[in-house]
Amino acid sequence: MPDSDREIYERSTARYLRQDRLPHIWCAGCGIGPALNCFLRAIDRAELDADRVMVISGIGCSGRAAGYVKLDSFHTTHGRAIPFATGLKLANPRLTTVVFSGDGDLVAIGGNHLIHAARRNIDMTVICINNFNYGMTGGQVGPTAPLDIRTATTPYGNFEPAFNLPWLLQASGASYIARWTVLHLHELELSIAEAMRKPGFAFIEVISPCPTVYGRMNKEPEGLDSLRNYIKRSIIKNGADTRDTAIDKDGPIIVGKFLDIQQPTIHDYLSLMKDKAQKQVKK
Amino acid sequence: MSNNGELVGEFFMNGDTACAEGAISAGCRFFAGYPITPATEIAERMSRRLPVVNGTYIQMEDEIASMCAILGASWAGLKAMTATSGPGFSLMMENLGLGIMLETPCVIVNIQRAGPSTGLPTLVGQQDMMQARWGSHGSYEIIALSPASPQQMFDLTIRAFNLSEKFRVPVLLMSDEVVGHMSEKVVIPEIGAEELVFRKLPKNSRDSYLPYQTDGTLIPPMAIAGEGYRFHVTGLTHDERGYPVMNARAQNRLVTRMVDKIRLNSESIIMLEDHLLDDAEIVVCAYGITARIAKFAVNLARQEGIKAGFMQLITVWPFPERHIRMLASRVKAFIVPEINRGQMVYEVERCVAGRAITLSVPHSGGDVHRPEVILSAIKECHARQ
Repeated sequence: MPDSDREIYERSTARYLRQDRLPHIWCAGCGIGPALNCFLRAIDRAELDADRVMVISGIGCSGRAAGYVKLDSFHTTHGRAIPFATGLKLANPRLTTVVFSGDGDLVAIGGNHLIHAARRNIDMTVICINNFNYGMTGGQVGPTAPLDIRTATTPYGNFEPAFNLPWLLQASGASYIARWTVLHLHELELSIAEAMRKPGFAFIEVISPCPTVYGRMNKEPEGLDSLRNYIKRSIIKNGADTRDTAIDKDGPIIVGKFLDIQQPTIHDYLSLMKDKAQKQVKK
Repeated sequence: MSNNGELVGEFFMNGDTACAEGAISAGCRFFAGYPITPATEIAERMSRRLPVVNGTYIQMEDEIASMCAILGASWAGLKAMTATSGPGFSLMMENLGLGIMLETPCVIVNIQRAGPSTGLPTLVGQQDMMQARWGSHGSYEIIALSPASPQQMFDLTIRAFNLSEKFRVPVLLMSDEVVGHMSEKVVIPEIGAEELVFRKLPKNSRDSYLPYQTDGTLIPPMAIAGEGYRFHVTGLTHDERGYPVMNARAQNRLVTRMVDKIRLNSESIIMLEDHLLDDAEIVVCAYGITARIAKFAVNLARQEGIKAGFMQLITVWPFPERHIRMLASRVKAFIVPEINRGQMVYEVERCVAGRAITLSVPHSGGDVHRPEVILSAIKECHARQ
């Protein structure tokens, strides 16, 4: 039986946070820290063996998460956390592989790997911190930025349509898809725990403030401004049709668990194939 | 076939197949790749063979992903390999650097074709030799081997794994289309006949293990993921704990150690084959398929009474500086035929340092040198005062 929320909270940060690495690099009001805390708490909530929980990150603010967890953790190259994690998981399927990174890393430069990992339905949880911009490099436009948003490289407003990530991931073959904002910490923690226990590819989008650059340019200069915005705009809609989950500049932010299905994973197919191969060769 | 699925005996096979079998014999149990001519046969052979020996083959979405996947698999404790050719090799460069920075054993095979760009996909080149040395950004040393026959494809693949495991580095097998596609006799020895190296594992307790703490050998022991060491590794400049440190001192300490672990051990890494060198006045220095033609040309020169000798660079990187320097003090000329417009010849020239003639015999790719071309270069040097 899982312990009480408070116990989980106290124990997870003590056990799974690499405290000798603090203070972290994230700005005041940033959403990455709270999301990371949700992940740490989810390890115990999901009753996982932490020795086998792998954290793999790419590059960017969210990519630094791997460096703050007291778990086997890999800070890889820009966009390549997923293929690195794919090698880890295929080489040792008993590992729990969690990719923790940002929207630019996972969806722009790493977008091809994201859809292929979903297609394979590899047993992996991807936590995508979506703050709509490249925070580390000073707030350039990202692939999830809504139209007309101002960033360091869209001074007259964003002129590129954005990805609707839940829809993209569902079309690609994921087994589990959820989206929360960093206002929905309890729901996020539960979702991450559920995703890590779920066989197959799980994708969790976390809408997160970036007050220092994105917020400053879009009338949300404090983290709290973004949270107030989430209160106003977010609507919990579990099971929502992912065609309806696009995020625009001022409209509703649909959050919830959108998809949770059972389907064979690449590991199921791989072991069937290996059995077949070994039998054929013995003949 | 032995009980554990490894081949033993004499076979007629092409170089690509021999490379795959060498990998299986070396204990490679993970292959990630992407189809590309003329390396595809390695992936095909691995896809057939790995499931039988309980390994894993995966075709990734591109060569970037293939390179990353073998790094991940290596950290999970498996010997891992990928194989490609020019365009794919270019795509692998960034994460080759990650492999170097994380000190991750793995083997990358390049069956070279002629470029630049798509070039001649089905025809031979030896044009990625400097890319092998310098292709990833940053300051580093690399180990690269160059086989000249299917037998050497087998033998050197095993050696590549052994070196990668010993020094905790990615090792490059720089072959070429002709060696990859030619079929010859390949002898695969009994299991246990070849010494196999596996990375040094930590002896520390799990709490005291530091992923980049050395034990006096410049090569830190490597933990396997999922065994409770709770280590962190990063492509950022880092200290013994694996933690990022952003300053010149940490950078110097780390990069110097990683460079030194190859440089200071280069004598044990370098392998050369020579022929008629003892009294040679003219040395033809070559690698890969060109080495075989060079050897033939040297024999032709000897028939004409010219004191020519031959040296095959089996190890191309680290470059055998000492050997070339020693020879340079007593021979008249070095001739370097290669299927590019001049790459390794610059290394020879650097080591010769003006003490002998250095002559490039370039070739743009698409086929191999004719022996007469190399012979006439030998004669030209012979005639010079």
